[in-house]
Amino acid sequence: MNSDEPRPAPPKKAVAFLRWFCREDFLEDVEGDLHEFFNNDVKFKGERRAKWLFTWQVLRLFRPGFIRPFNTNTHLNPNPMLKNHFKIAWRQLLKNKGYSIINIGGLAAGMAVAMSIGLWIHDELSFNKSHENYDRIAQVKQHYILPKPSGTSDWTPVPLGPELKQKFGNDFEYVVISSHTEDHIISKDNLSFSANGNYMQPDAPEMLTLKMLKGTRSGLTELNSIMLSQSLAKKLFDDQDPLHKIIKINLKHEVKVTGVYEDFPINSGFNQVAFIAPWDLYVATHEWWKEMFENWKHTFVQVFVQLQPHAEMDVVSDKIKNVVHDHREAHKNLRIETSLHPMSKWHLYAAFKDGKNTGGQIQFVWLFGIIGVFVLLLACINFINLSTAHAEGRVKEVGIRKATGSFRSQLIHQFFSESLLVVILAFIISINIVFITLPWFNEVANKQMTIPWASPLFWALCIGFTLLTGVLAGGYPALYLSSFQTVKALKGTYRSSRLAPVPRQILVVLQFTVSVTLIIGTITVYRQIQHTKDRPWGYNQNGLVYLKVNTPEIHEHFEVIRNKLITSGAILEMAESASAATTYAFNASEFEWPGKDPDFLESFTMNTISPEYGKTIGWQISEGRDFSREIVGDKNGMVINEAAKKMMGLENTVGEIIKWDGKNWTILGIVNDMMVESPYQSVKPSAYYLLDWPGGVVSLKLNPVKSTQDALEKIQAIFKEYAPGLPFDHKFADKQYAKKFNHEVRIGKLASVFTILAILISCLGLFGLASFMAKKRTKEFGIRKVVGASVFNLWKLMSKEFLMLVVLSSLIATPIAFYFLRNWLKDYQYRVGIPWWIFASATLGALIITLLTVSYQAIRAATANPVKSLRLE
Amino acid sequence: MQRTHLGEFEEIVLLTVAILFGNAYGFAIKNEIEKRNRRKVSIGAMRTTLSRLEKKGFLTSELGEATRVRGGKRKRYFTVTPFGKKALEEIMENRQQLWQAIPKAAFNL
Repeated sequence: MNSDEPRPAPPKKAVAFLRWFCREDFLEDVEGDLHEFFNNDVKFKGERRAKWLFTWQVLRLFRPGFIRPFNTNTHLNPNPMLKNHFKIAWRQLLKNKGYSIINIGGLAAGMAVAMSIGLWIHDELSFNKSHENYDRIAQVKQHYILPKPSGTSDWTPVPLGPELKQKFGNDFEYVVISSHTEDHIISKDNLSFSANGNYMQPDAPEMLTLKMLKGTRSGLTELNSIMLSQSLAKKLFDDQDPLHKIIKINLKHEVKVTGVYEDFPINSGFNQVAFIAPWDLYVATHEWWKEMFENWKHTFVQVFVQLQPHAEMDVVSDKIKNVVHDHREAHKNLRIETSLHPMSKWHLYAAFKDGKNTGGQIQFVWLFGIIGVFVLLLACINFINLSTAHAEGRVKEVGIRKATGSFRSQLIHQFFSESLLVVILAFIISINIVFITLPWFNEVANKQMTIPWASPLFWALCIGFTLLTGVLAGGYPALYLSSFQTVKALKGTYRSSRLAPVPRQILVVLQFTVSVTLIIGTITVYRQIQHTKDRPWGYNQNGLVYLKVNTPEIHEHFEVIRNKLITSGAILEMAESASAATTYAFNASEFEWPGKDPDFLESFTMNTISPEYGKTIGWQISEGRDFSREIVGDKNGMVINEAAKKMMGLENTVGEIIKWDGKNWTILGIVNDMMVESPYQSVKPSAYYLLDWPGGVVSLKLNPVKSTQDALEKIQAIFKEYAPGLPFDHKFADKQYAKKFNHEVRIGKLASVFTILAILISCLGLFGLASFMAKKRTKEFGIRKVVGASVFNLWKLMSKEFLMLVVLSSLIATPIAFYFLRNWLKDYQYRVGIPWWIFASATLGALIITLLTVSYQAIRAATANPVKSLRLE
Repeated sequence: MQRTHLGEFEEIVLLTVAILFGNAYGFAIKNEIEKRNRRKVSIGAMRTTLSRLEKKGFLTSELGEATRVRGGKRKRYFTVTPFGKKALEEIMENRQQLWQAIPKAAFNL
């Protein structure tokens, strides 16, 4: 072959690739061999094919054994270097103690908040999951679509249960009628307790998958039987075997214990249920119940269902929509729908509007979730901010390290190990904080949360987050600072650009936006609570005590007991009623009064009372008169409230005859509006009439002359005399009333804690940043001072910058807070406004906090001796 | 007896290097094996086997001349060491002993 002839060359890219990856000691001869093969192939198979084969061969060589080691500075033993990194990191932390405390403390606080909120959310989401058939159980809800305003109720008519079973038997595995969870007296020999319990049909234990400790799940098949929760059984029988023992319900009905089940967990909808008795027993003990079996109008029970495995919740829910409606006589303004409310939504999606599920507690899961994320974000921002700010002071260190032979990769490792060390420390501290504060948090949140030490998911999340923060925070110094050229870094020509502080400023603004929003939110929540608490009750709660009475003895001896108590000086007045003053007995409609629009459908909150009731609770009669025991005709009389009077719109309300429940009633008097429902709602029309059967609740107005303790002891003694089995389980009206605020107070408390923490974290960040700025401008301040600037000038110079940022944050926070708060308040009929001064004071508060934080650093920098700061080199 | 394990492919490569005495380099070895044993040999497998044998002390190598056919790259020539020769002999003897131990009747079925 003529050597001058141009030869075909192997593909350049393949050669380059080979040279890139192939290990050095193989490269020369292998490349030569491949070349030789190539030339051979060109001769026998053609150039095109030879090129293909060459490339193919190269690709086949790309395998372990041929690929060179890419890490050029392979440490034979990497451990000492790693140890060194951590040692240096540790020294750095100790050298800058203040900076380290701020940095670690801030991050730990943020992590602790996020972790606590995470636990809370996890708990909220875990509700009812202990029931095995969780995704197939539902409760039947009855929606009153018309008349407006619409409402939704758990109460359903009795025949709904059998109807569902009969018509839709294919869809339901179980249909269980249940009474509401109510107080009953459970007694054994001379022990008696009041306990909450339900009367349910025999399928209930199977549906709820009770964890039986004694007996079986078929314990409700016999008429006179009862199943007890473990804690109630323990109270009654201590360590004895309760099975087959006889106990009494409400001091009357003897029942046999047929089973003991493990208590429902606190996050179960049935948590309150301490015993379950057969539904048939309930019917058997209340004669009038039999009438309810065909009555679609009155709603007395709840119905639970469990779907067949193949049935779809939504489909079945749609199918049963008109079950109740079809049985109600057509009233053109009445529209009732029924639907299934799946167990998975009982806790978080309990609110309904116009028959549609509109959410509920889930709102707070989102709210706290967002707060948690933000607090964590704030803490991370601080951390990243401070780390980067701090790292800029270490440019010279980088220069020296490089000059003495450090690889860039080593610097990267070093910065990363430093930030990892800090994050790990913060994590350890935060988990301790959570552990220590959990009991308190449980109390505020009314939960029983524990740290899931054994959950892999928990650890995965924690460790994943820790690493992520470490990498993010260490990223800037690790990747940016390590890239400096040695000479420049040492000479000090490195200067951060004019735009370098911009991201940091944005972060400060973001932090303060969150903080100011939270401040405004917390103030408004508290104002709303206070506003509602200050709302007049309409009656006197001072010294008002009531207790539930499930036995007829007190009613039978009412007058004697009342006289005895009054003469003993223990009480001023005593009354019976169907419900306590803090609530109402039932809702009623279909009243008729002169001039009423026949299509108008009203709703009254009702209570039946004894004639002394008004005096006992101290209501104010504004027109007409109160009930009187002396006037026999009063049993056909009614006392209505102002709201009812306004709705009826009669000229002379007192003395008018109205019709209700097939009877004529005379309006005796008008009473002021009283708060018997949620204090956040406007007062509904109410009516009161006299009871002619045992009321169920006895209210007592204690004599203020006597001490409460004394009076209660006296009352108890006299009650015991007449009704020996009745547990003296008295409740103070004002405390019961305060419970109506529990939910809002809890949210207020949590929100304020989170707000304080958010502010604290923001301040820590600001403080750190200010100290960094002060340090950086030491020389500038020195020169300024020398040429005549006063301390005040310098203080102003430094503070102004931060104040501007905080004002900007407040401007951003105001509309955000306004939007969310208006939405929140919309749900309350009785609510506060959001006046402008809240925004102003939140802004002012943030400004003051900022000034305090920054001033410390500013004044320190401004009062420093300029000789020292200028000499410093 | 010292147990120096030689894999089947290692043995073939070692033998081929001996066959090509003085001219045993990558290209030639691959061609020789493919010709004699009628099997495909990948460059990668062959080259790693060669270097493994060298590491075990059965082979030595030195760089030779560069030619244009090779794109200006030098050849790496392999030579069998006395230790390599001994290992090959041991294997052969071992095989022969095994053959002799087979009873005559075994193959005369």
